[in-house]
Parts: sequence; C-alpha cells; structure tokens
Amino acid sequence: MEDFDVVIVSKKGWLDVDFKELWRYRDLILLFVKRNFISLYKQTILGPAWAIIQPLLTTVIFTVVFGSMAGLSADGVPSFLFYMSGTILWTYFSNCLTKTASTFTANARILGKVYFPRLVMPISTVLTNLISLAIQFAMFLCFLAYYVIRGEVRPSGYVLLLPLLVLQTALLSLGSGIIVSALTTKYRDLQMLVSFGVQLWMYGTPVAYDIRIIPAKYMRFYMLNPMTPIINVFRKALLGIGRFQPGYYLCGWVVTIFITFIGIVLFNHVEKTFMDTV
Amino acid sequence: MNKTVIRIEHVSKEYRLGAIGGGTLKGDLQTWMARMRGREDPNSKIGSTRNAGAGERFLALDDVSFEVQKGEALGIIGHNGAGKSTLLKLLCRVTAPSKGKLSYNGRIASMLEVGTGFHSELTGRENVYMNGAILGMTKQEISRKFDEIVRFAEMEQFIDTPVKRYSSGMYVKLAFAVAAHLDSEIMIMDEVLAVGDVTFQKKCLRRMRAAATEEGRTVLYVSHNMNTIRELCDRCIVMDHGKIIYDGDVEKAIGIYIGANDYFRTNYEYTSSSHSRGGRKQALIESIRFEDGFTGQCTASREVRLTLGGRAVDKLQNLRFHFEIEAPNGNRIGTMFTDKEISVNKGESFTVPMSLDLSGLAPDRYIFHAVAETLESYETYAWQDSVSHAFTLEILADPDSRKMGIWATRSWGNVKLKDIRIRADDV
Repeated sequence: MEDFDVVIVSKKGWLDVDFKELWRYRDLILLFVKRNFISLYKQTILGPAWAIIQPLLTTVIFTVVFGSMAGLSADGVPSFLFYMSGTILWTYFSNCLTKTASTFTANARILGKVYFPRLVMPISTVLTNLISLAIQFAMFLCFLAYYVIRGEVRPSGYVLLLPLLVLQTALLSLGSGIIVSALTTKYRDLQMLVSFGVQLWMYGTPVAYDIRIIPAKYMRFYMLNPMTPIINVFRKALLGIGRFQPGYYLCGWVVTIFITFIGIVLFNHVEKTFMDTV
Repeated sequence: MNKTVIRIEHVSKEYRLGAIGGGTLKGDLQTWMARMRGREDPNSKIGSTRNAGAGERFLALDDVSFEVQKGEALGIIGHNGAGKSTLLKLLCRVTAPSKGKLSYNGRIASMLEVGTGFHSELTGRENVYMNGAILGMTKQEISRKFDEIVRFAEMEQFIDTPVKRYSSGMYVKLAFAVAAHLDSEIMIMDEVLAVGDVTFQKKCLRRMRAAATEEGRTVLYVSHNMNTIRELCDRCIVMDHGKIIYDGDVEKAIGIYIGANDYFRTNYEYTSSSHSRGGRKQALIESIRFEDGFTGQCTASREVRLTLGGRAVDKLQNLRFHFEIEAPNGNRIGTMFTDKEISVNKGESFTVPMSLDLSGLAPDRYIFHAVAETLESYETYAWQDSVSHAFTLEILADPDSRKMGIWATRSWGNVKLKDIRIRADDV
C-alpha cells in the first residue's frame, strides 16, 4: 500500500482541524487582507478616512442623544470620550461579526472552484478590520491626549492589557461570526437575524451607557456577555474609570474561548460539503 | 518508473434533487421533534415510504474507480451531466464524496474559471500573487516564477493595470499562466481553452504537453473539443451517467463518445437510463427503427425513413417531436421538427412514421438527440421526454458533387446552405 499526501473521504471527525495547513496558507491570509482593504476604499475620495467618519458620527450622536438629551452619566469623564471608547471597540466587534457571518454565502463563487483552508477567509476579515480599528484608535488617542493635557482624564496602568483586549474581541467576533456562517449554509433565516442580533447585543453591552445603571442583582447574568468586561477594562485602562474585576474578566475569556472553539469546530464540519447546500 | 499519483476508489457522489435539505430551521426542527416522539415526519412527502428516494436523489458519480500514473496526460470526456466536473470538484476538495476515497500525492493546481480568482480592482501583478496563493503557493515561489508567468501570458505591458480593464481573453491568459507555472504535481484543466485565440490555445496545449512529458507532472484535462484531447492526452476516460464506460486508448474513447460504435444499427430501443431525467413524461420515446435496411450511412440527398415508437401515459392532443443534431466537436448545428402534431390516447403505444430530409448537412458524423414535446396555449411548448444520443448518422460525400472537392468542415462549418444563384438577367 502506498502512502498518499492527501486522502479525501466522505466524513471527517469533528475535531479534525488542520492548523498546520492554515499556517502554510499564511501568505494567502495576508493577500486577502490587502485585497479587502484596497477594494474597500478604491474609488472613494476620502479613502481610509471613512474608517474615522463612521465611529465619529456615531459618537457624536450618542453624546447628543444619551449624554445631553437623556442626561445619562459618563462616570465623571467627558461624555464624548466615554462614548467614543465604547464605540470604536464595538464597531470593530460588530463589523467583524457581520462580515465573517457571510463568509460562505458571499464567497460561494470562489469557494466553489478551488480548495484552500476555509478559515483563511474569516481570519483575513478579522485582520482587515484590525486596520480600521488601528486608524480609529489613533483618532481616539488624539482626543484622549487633548483631555489628558487638560487634566480631565487619567489613564491607568491597565493600558498594558490593551493587546489582550483586542485579541479577545477579535476571537469573540470570529467565533460568533463563523458559528453564524456555518449555520447559514443551511438556514438562511439566520442571515436576516444577524444585523438585528448585533444591535440587540449592543444594548446588552455598556457601549452607550454607564454600567452602573445595571441593578446589582442582574450583574451576574449581565457579565456573562464577554463584551461587557472587555469594554469595562478598556475604559478602565484608557479613561481610568470603573473597577477592574478579575473574576468577571476571566469569566469573559472562558466564554470567548468556548465560543471560538465551538465556532471552529462547526465551521470545520460544514466546510467540506457546504457547496452542495449553499 | 510508474508511480501512482492519484487513486480513486469506489467514489460516489449523491445529490438531492429539488429544494435541498429543507432549508428552513422550522422545517428541520419539526422533523427532529417528530423523530424524537416517534411520529411520522410532517415534512416527508405523502407516500414517500413507498417509493423512498425515487427521483429525489441522484448519483452524479456512481462507484467510480481509477488510477493515474505520474507523468500521464489523462483526458476525461462525456456528455453534459456525465459527472466530469463533479469528479474534478471532488479532486479539488471543493466538496466531499458521499462514499469512497480519493487519494493523491503532491499539490493540485486547477485553473480557476474566468474571473473567479481575480479581484477586478487589483492590478494584474497583485492578482497573480492572489491567484497563486489561492492555489497554495507561497509568496516566494510566486516571485520566483513571476517573470515566467507574465512572459507566458504575453502581458508585460498591462501587468500593472487593474484587471477590470482587461478583456476576457487577457483574463484567461493570465489565469492559465499562473496555474501552468505552479510547481504542482497535478494539473487540472476544465474546458479552459474555449476562450483565447487559436495561437494561445496551441501554446497552452504545448505547455501542458511539456508539463506531462518533460516535467513528469500529471495532467487531467476535461474538454468537449476532441481535437485538443487528441493533441494532449495519452489516455482517455469516457464518462456517462456518473460511470466510467471506457478507460484507455484516446481514439477508441473518442469513438465511443461520438457514438462510432453505434454504426450500422437499424433498431434502437431506449431503456430508462437513456432517457432524460426531466420532462413531464406524459409521453415517452421508446424506440427508433430505420426502414429500407438503412445502415446509418448515406449521402445528404437521400431520404431517411424511420419509425419512432413510443408510449402515451396520458391523453395528449398536440404531441410533436424534434431531433437536435450534434456535430462531433460537440456543437449543436441544427434542429428538425415534425411538420404536424399528433394525438395519442392514454396508455396507448404509438408509432410515428417519419421521413427526414438531411440535405444541407455536410459530410461528417452526427449525433441525433430525440425530444418529445407538446404545444401548449400561448405559443409555448412543454418538454415531455428526450433521449440524448438517440442515434448516429454518417453523411457521406455525394458522388455527384465531387467537383466542389472535399468539404472543409473547419472553415465551412457543418451546413451547406442552398447554392448562390448567379442571376442570369444581370450578367
């Protein structure tokens, strides 16, 4: 019996994820990132400036509606900074999620022609959005610097946790996104729900309000949403407000890893035959 | 040294016909609930226990096994729907087989269909990298081959232009060049040469030929163009209805494909497997019998008489038939219809005597596909049944028209229209 490099059979195990192969395709991931980024802003006048405009406008709206009109508290920091810190992280999360959720359906044409590890696509989506996040974060830092110089805000030492926070957000959006994408190959219903679901999720996360308005007795359930501790720690780090709660933060990581794991397993399971159902 | 590069063992691929997999969450939940409670599935069709699966599933590939050796150029031919593309899809790992096992050594480079691997906003250069990476090359490997790829595609001037400005021919050239220069052990080409001019087609064939003979790569080539199969391949597989019906010599394979072995038959009986899968099936074509001891070869001027036999499942008023005529290169060159419609009664077998006027057909072999259809109101018609490959005819050169010389099919096509009349009054 000869040995073959590749053996294709009808079924493979649920946990049979080939990360080594994914690593071999790292150049493709980078090329997809480049392609996504170039094609996003090609033939627009403002180019990557669009990455700034969207969260900036959202922040202004939040500041006016929630901060000025509804008079919600911003925990003692300028409400503009408060809302912007939540918005840029949330924008990253929701963009990644909605984009990865349509991986299979949006790329059916190319996926139907040629094989490469399917995870390449969602991963490159998450990385592409990372560029936008970096641009937005740079904008945020400019505003932050202004307020720090005026002495209104003091960042804390938790700033060191920032890379971890971004990684966690990326994993969480990747995980939830590919769960949806795996299920949408069969149930298109979910596609309709994604944007609505993301909106609901936002109201379950302290993006546009201060976490202190949540009654203490619901806090335990409220904190199950991993985005909540992420945004809390983010604000603690940059704006120096709120409390750092290691228990909730760790719990957020557990949920994140769980969701990512489920996502990869599900995605891996459908990727072989999705062309027949998509 | 012979070494097996691809081994395919008892591979089947099943597709469900119609709406696939229920499609909605509600339907699947209902099915699941019913199964949990031991009740009948509310979504199964009534009576489906009786004829479970009949007409709902179909085997695109049916227990296919073969091996390919290193350095072989294998052609795969067969009619549309024979399972060629499904086979290649399985090999490219686009989808998984339902049963069986495919194994291969090395990397597979398949040429992407026009445009699929390309992004229109990116330049040719960026797309070459993109395309190469999709096919599994690293950036380094592509850089090393880059100049060779561009030179082969004759694209030096346009390589930094966004590909949305390219013509479709330029697309194909570039895509082929990338796939052909990959350091892959196996190369898969599916009808790629249809676009692109003749010189480039020749160049591609030479390139694939060289890949197989000189570089020891394995080439799988699917095409309806028999001439390119002849030029490139040293072994050929003929597929029909998901099965391999012949594997071996190229000329023999082509002969089987274009139906050369059906010569000299005067009676054709059609079993269920030769019928189309679709159609209303209220009337079925069951046999064709030639009269006057006709042997399948004649000159175009001869009248061909035959009797078509069939069975009516329902009472039909406006039944008519037509024959679609296919040339050996796979082109449909024309269709002939019955001049009137007939009526048939329910459950009745019927025969239709016919006379075919083939004048105008150039000397060549032709495959005839038979179709039954009914004329409906508002000038539409309904497809009832068809038999692809119903019979084969060879048109011989007419001894009386020798003065015009041998018919040049490649330049003149397959139809000789009526002569041009030189008007006497103006001369």
